[in-house]
Amino acid sequence: MTATLPPETGAAGASAEPPLAASRPALAQDWRRLVRMGAVGAVAQVFIALSNMPVRLDERVIVKPVLSLGYLTLLIVPFAAGHRVGHQIKREGMPQHAAGAHEVAGGAACGAVAGGGLSLLAVLLANFDLREPLVNWSPMLAELLAFGNATRFAVVIWLLIGAAVGALGGGLRLLGPRTRRAVVTMALAVGGAAVLEPLVVDLAEGMRLEALTDRLYARRGGINWTSALGLAAGSGILAVLGRGRIQQARAHIAELEGAQRTRTNGLLILATAAVLIVLPLFAGKLTNELLANVGLFVLLALGLNVVVGLAGILDLGYVAFFAVGSYSAAVLTAATSPRINPELPWLVALIVVVIITGLVGLFIGAPVIRMRGDYLAIVTLGFGEIIRLLFLSDWLSGWFGGSQGITKIPGAGIFGLTDVAGTDPRRVFYLVLAFCALAIYVSWRLERSRLGRAWMAVREDETVAEAMGINTVNVKLLAFVVGAVLGSFSGAIFSAKVGSVFPNSFLILVSIVILVVVIFGGMGNIVGVIAGSAVLIGVLGGPKQPGLLAEFSEFKLLIYGALLIWMMLARPEGLIPSVRRSRELHQQEMAQDAWLKGQVEDDNHDDGGSGPQATPAT
Amino acid sequence: MMGIGRAKSGAPRTGVDWFLTFMRVAILTLVAVGILAFIAQEIDTDNPFARWANPDATGLTGAQFRGLIISGVAQGCMYGLIALGYSMVYGVLGFINFAHGEVFMVGAMTGMITSNKLADAGLWESNFIGSLIFIVIVSMIVCTLVAVIMERVAYRPLRGSPRLIPLITSIGVSFFIQNASIVLLGPAAKAYPDVPDWVKDKHTFIQIEGSRILVVVVAAVSMGVLWYLVEHTKGGKAMRAVAEDAEIAALMGINVNRTIVKVFAVGGAMAGLAGILWGILFRSVIHTTGFLPGIKAFSAAVVGGIGHLGGAMAGGLSIGVAESVGPLLILEPLGVSGVSQLRDAVAFAVLIGVLLLRPAGIFGERLPAEDRT
Repeated sequence: MTATLPPETGAAGASAEPPLAASRPALAQDWRRLVRMGAVGAVAQVFIALSNMPVRLDERVIVKPVLSLGYLTLLIVPFAAGHRVGHQIKREGMPQHAAGAHEVAGGAACGAVAGGGLSLLAVLLANFDLREPLVNWSPMLAELLAFGNATRFAVVIWLLIGAAVGALGGGLRLLGPRTRRAVVTMALAVGGAAVLEPLVVDLAEGMRLEALTDRLYARRGGINWTSALGLAAGSGILAVLGRGRIQQARAHIAELEGAQRTRTNGLLILATAAVLIVLPLFAGKLTNELLANVGLFVLLALGLNVVVGLAGILDLGYVAFFAVGSYSAAVLTAATSPRINPELPWLVALIVVVIITGLVGLFIGAPVIRMRGDYLAIVTLGFGEIIRLLFLSDWLSGWFGGSQGITKIPGAGIFGLTDVAGTDPRRVFYLVLAFCALAIYVSWRLERSRLGRAWMAVREDETVAEAMGINTVNVKLLAFVVGAVLGSFSGAIFSAKVGSVFPNSFLILVSIVILVVVIFGGMGNIVGVIAGSAVLIGVLGGPKQPGLLAEFSEFKLLIYGALLIWMMLARPEGLIPSVRRSRELHQQEMAQDAWLKGQVEDDNHDDGGSGPQATPAT
Repeated sequence: MMGIGRAKSGAPRTGVDWFLTFMRVAILTLVAVGILAFIAQEIDTDNPFARWANPDATGLTGAQFRGLIISGVAQGCMYGLIALGYSMVYGVLGFINFAHGEVFMVGAMTGMITSNKLADAGLWESNFIGSLIFIVIVSMIVCTLVAVIMERVAYRPLRGSPRLIPLITSIGVSFFIQNASIVLLGPAAKAYPDVPDWVKDKHTFIQIEGSRILVVVVAAVSMGVLWYLVEHTKGGKAMRAVAEDAEIAALMGINVNRTIVKVFAVGGAMAGLAGILWGILFRSVIHTTGFLPGIKAFSAAVVGGIGHLGGAMAGGLSIGVAESVGPLLILEPLGVSGVSQLRDAVAFAVLIGVLLLRPAGIFGERLPAEDRT
């Protein structure tokens, strides 16, 4: 590896970089920072090991004989610590040190400290009874840590593994941006292929391409190591050859104007729609079930996106609308509903459901609309709980069945053509898809309407919006109602799909999962919200629905929580940010940057004290 | 931005205002009718008014009523201790630390682990008071650490960002701690060891369970200590100064960061203490233990006027009494069945009602400078 690389200009905006200073000697580390990061890593390692994640996930093989998901969870922390420890804070006008042996040595040392956590754990497991309070780790953990050998082996091997992986993490800094991108693409390709395995196998069966998947995947799951190498090589070559192509294409589309742009967008949407319509035909029951679940959450997330993303109202009780939608659809269609059972056809019932949920939206919205944003969040959370408690209570069990819920809900009949029920997930998916299309169209048109602009104005500054003549109360109420109606669609489909509704399906954690989905994808951006639900619900799974990584079901809520914290700290605007929203979030930094660029010469103090530490969106 | 007070004089009243007025009147009417029906019931259960409201009215005996109030007071003391953390953090940083309820849960869990270990060693039975002091100290230390780490990792980097961002982060922290408890300690409810008879049984002379007396006494003492700390020590003065105006306080030579850490530490210690009180009162703890008491304690902080120490305690007491007496005092006479299931709903309704009727709380709120517009 070459010690110094020419400063390559990476993405846009890096045009005027100061010259690189010489790389530092390998042992001139910031030892305190290194040990601190290593210790944090060690704690994280012990936490992961004791949560039983490695053992539970060990069954899921990624690359056939070499790597299982369980071991991956143990390797990721030293890798991240090793990579992170070499991070230099970019200071405007200050020279950056070139990456060199310093980064690798630091990474190795930091990784070793982090891996040391597992060494310590191995010793503790062998000598003390940790079972008393910590019940969740399985007896196989010690064996897994020692690779079947003695404890002494585990102590040494995890120090070594930690150092090696940490060195790799630090070494990543030596690569130029182009090579680094290729490496990341390779890792993503292999990881993605492993995660998508059930989906790919299922689709391949439908398309009679079993020969291909048999070659790619080992018989009991996991990618064959030969195919993994091939996949990595292929994607690496593609990444090197295709570098910049995607960006060029995006820039090209962004440049288009008027009719041309409309046409390109239309083509893209058509292509996506075609794939989504054709795909389920080849897919089996499991894949369709997964797609239907993702679709339901897309619908919910789009609804919450109107409230949180566009109008900036943090509604933590969004599940209330989902619950009201489900329950009112159940009451209106099921013959078994205790008090009123008009047994309406589903589509007719849907109209009533929309009206009811809209009214509930008004009723919940009206009292909270004048409150401060944070009080509003807690009060909506309270409403969400109250609605669930009412459905659960004996008082109203004559209407809603109490904890027994309402069962034997008929499927959704569409003009007598088909009957959509949970037994046929493909039809459910098509129904969900239709409503998603509707919801996407509605939110897309709304965002560009007078109302949408009013929402964004209210989000950014309520006082100014009011001064501009916007009736903030009505506008915010409308956001509540629109969000409620979109949520009710999802609820109505949910009750027809599952065939029964119980108060337990509408816990507050559903609201929080939807919130994580919206924030992860990018508040206020339709594409972002859809991508967020597809990635999170598809891979990790919803509150009760399994995702592609079904082994994760015990840990997914933990991961949702961690993800929410991390997103807020590192990238509050989400994966695919809405331009306006991210400008709003990084206002302060951008102002600071502009100020710094204006007077770089006579300023050399920059501690980045306040404001999130995220990079301004480019 | 200005609470939900009535529309300013001169501003046109919109539909929402009328609706809110209607809601306020409706809440007050409901409460009044409920209480009247309750009084009617108490005078004579065959009273036509009582019969009209609830055909199977039974009324409460004096002992039942007193029991409800006492259990409400004991729980209210616990809510008050948790509410102190919400109130102090809101007073200084201006955001709701949603994860504070989980700190309380961590306290209860720590107490469960430590007390079970002590019971295994035989110390719990032989020296109950000593063991209790020990678990209180351990739990307060652990909770202080959790609160301080939380501040350092999740909230400090976000200082100065839009106000909903730290709130969302704190929801993430709360979700994370709850689920970390599941994956480490398992999802089942866990029991505290058996307590001595004098704590469990009703006292012969005053007819109150020893545990309730213990809770009230401990809460009163810690409240006194906290009041002394905040009002009469240098560190407390610094806290009040930072709550008043952080920038000016910094100019006066106060280390704002350290003061904020202290605020979190004190709040965490109080939550740890409350966790042990929970353990003594209910003797069982589960990962969701922190959620509802957390929300109720926040309601208590709002009821008392956020940023106000005495207010938090008063609010805690009123929420505790309201949720234990409210269902039977107001809902039962109105003919709602299965009222005890609705006690949590009542606690939320109290929060909503207070924000509708008097958003600044009983004693008025003390907010950080930027929110005082």
